[in-house]
Formats: sequence, C-alpha cells, structure tokens
Amino acid sequence: MAYNGDSDRSPAQQSALPTAIKLLVAGGFGVGKTTFVGSVSEIEPLSTEETITTASIGTDDLTGVGDKTTTTVALDFGRITLDPQHILYLFGTPGQDRFWFMWNELSDGAFGAVVLADTRRLEDCFPALDFFERRGTAFIVAVNEFETGYHYEPEEVRAALDLKPNIPIVCCDARDPRSATLVLVTLTKHLMSAAASSVR
Amino acid sequence: MADFEHRPLLDEDAGPLVRPYTVSNGRTAPTAKLDLLSLVRSTGQLRPSQLEAEHAEALILCREPISVAEVSAHLRLPAMVIKVLLSDLVDCGAVTAHSPDPAVDPTDKTVLEALLNGLQRRL
Repeated sequence: MAYNGDSDRSPAQQSALPTAIKLLVAGGFGVGKTTFVGSVSEIEPLSTEETITTASIGTDDLTGVGDKTTTTVALDFGRITLDPQHILYLFGTPGQDRFWFMWNELSDGAFGAVVLADTRRLEDCFPALDFFERRGTAFIVAVNEFETGYHYEPEEVRAALDLKPNIPIVCCDARDPRSATLVLVTLTKHLMSAAASSVR
Repeated sequence: MADFEHRPLLDEDAGPLVRPYTVSNGRTAPTAKLDLLSLVRSTGQLRPSQLEAEHAEALILCREPISVAEVSAHLRLPAMVIKVLLSDLVDCGAVTAHSPDPAVDPTDKTVLEALLNGLQRRL
C-alpha cells in the first residue's frame, strides 16, 4: 500500500501521461499473428514474459497451497503512437490451446480483438471465437490470405464459422502494413458502432 | 562485441546466468499496482547514476512514456521483476505511473476517435 504515485502530484502531471489502448490479435498457431503485429507496429515486435494466475483445474492441485496456480507465458506485442495522448499496444495471444485459460488476464481491459483465420485450417480459430463470444469482447475476423490457400469469399467464411451477421469479416495480407492497418481500422469502426448501439 | 551487451546471458542448458529474481532481491510483490500496460515516465527527481544498475537502466528507458511491457522487453526481464523495479522507482519518486485502475472505458468515444484517426494517418 505504499503506492501514492498519483495522489501527491498535481492534476496536470497526472494527465500528462498518455492513455494506453490494448487490442489483441488472436488465432491458431502459425496463422500469422506475430507477422501481423510486426507489420503494423512502429517498433520491432517485442516479447515479454508475464506471470499469469489461473484457477487450478481439478486434480492438478496436489500441493495444498490453494486454488490458484501461476504460469509464465511469453507475449509478443507492438506499439503505435496514435498521438501525444494515446498509444496503441497490440498483443498477440499465445497460439497454443493449452494457454486458453490465461486469456482472461490478457483480455482484461482490451478494447477489442482481431481473430486471424487461415482458410486451410479454419477450425484453429474456433477457440478464440468461443472465448471472445463468452467474454463479450468485441472482435472481427480477418482472413490471412496465404498464397497456397484457396480464396474463399467472406460470406463463405461466415457460414463456415457460424458467425453472426454483425461481425465484420475482411481479407488481409498480414505481411502488408497497409492491409494490416486497414484491418485495425475495420475493428475500430466496429467498436464504435458497438459502443453507439450499447448507449441508449 | 558491441552486440554482446544487448544479449541476455543465456545458455540453452543452464538457463539465465543471473537468475531474474536476483535483481528484485527475490521479491515478487510490487508495492505499486502495475500491469503490462501501465505507463511510466521519469520525474527527473533522481538521476540514473544515483541508482543501482537495473534500476538505473529502467529509469533511463522511462525518459519518454513507456509501458511496463516495453521496459520488460528491453531489459529482457520478466514483467513481474520489472513491476518490482518500477514500483521501487515510484516509491522513491524517480518515476510517475498510471495505476491500471480505473481502466480505460472501451466504449469511450474520444479514445475510439483518437484510435481511428491515429490508424488512418498511417494509411
């Protein structure tokens, strides 16, 4: 409780620190999340190790130390300085399914998410879709078009993923900064319309 | 050789030569409430030369507003260790930090517009 960083400083100094905005890039292993983050980021993608608290699952807890365990996950992220008062941080979620339980902590405070899909392995993005639907995190689907993949129309992908009609689906090339930035623009517009419709 | 300094002292079998939690004196509980996206910036009240090595390196990174995640990545130390280091710096008045609460409202129109404008400028 030694934290008094804000309380003994003037309001001007408090407001001088920018606002951080968090967006997530999710999807299956190898779908291009890190590539996507790298092509929109103004810095080389960075990696951090975060300790995540997770409720232990059933019989795993043999230690008797309580019902929480911690695990360490590596997270890749990028940064875009939007203006002097706003910085966007883009976090790639770990692709391995066994880490799904830590997404709660990762998605806390996230504005929204891009779920990257690969039409050769559409089922790989199901866990991400399920998770964001359950959490109520706004998301869009971006189909990363690999050269070797067959081109599907967005509505075909919508049918295959059983997505609601109001969730945007776009095609992109995760390697192309402009294409990847356009995906984020689509997500932001979706967030704006979701915010507008939630206010009565 | 110059590059060597920026690489972690790692060995595939042995792991890090300096255990990460050595620099935090084994502490895993930061005194300040910080999360990965908490932004910090130096106040100018202390100079890096007045601090021990890791604290000084962290302080140098804080000249411009920077997130806990970035400090962790640049110093190649786990976020939990960085939170301890940075909360030390908050306690001694060397840096100022945004507490993660209250969280930014994801439906805040002003913030969403800043996000949209900032992204569109990059197209």
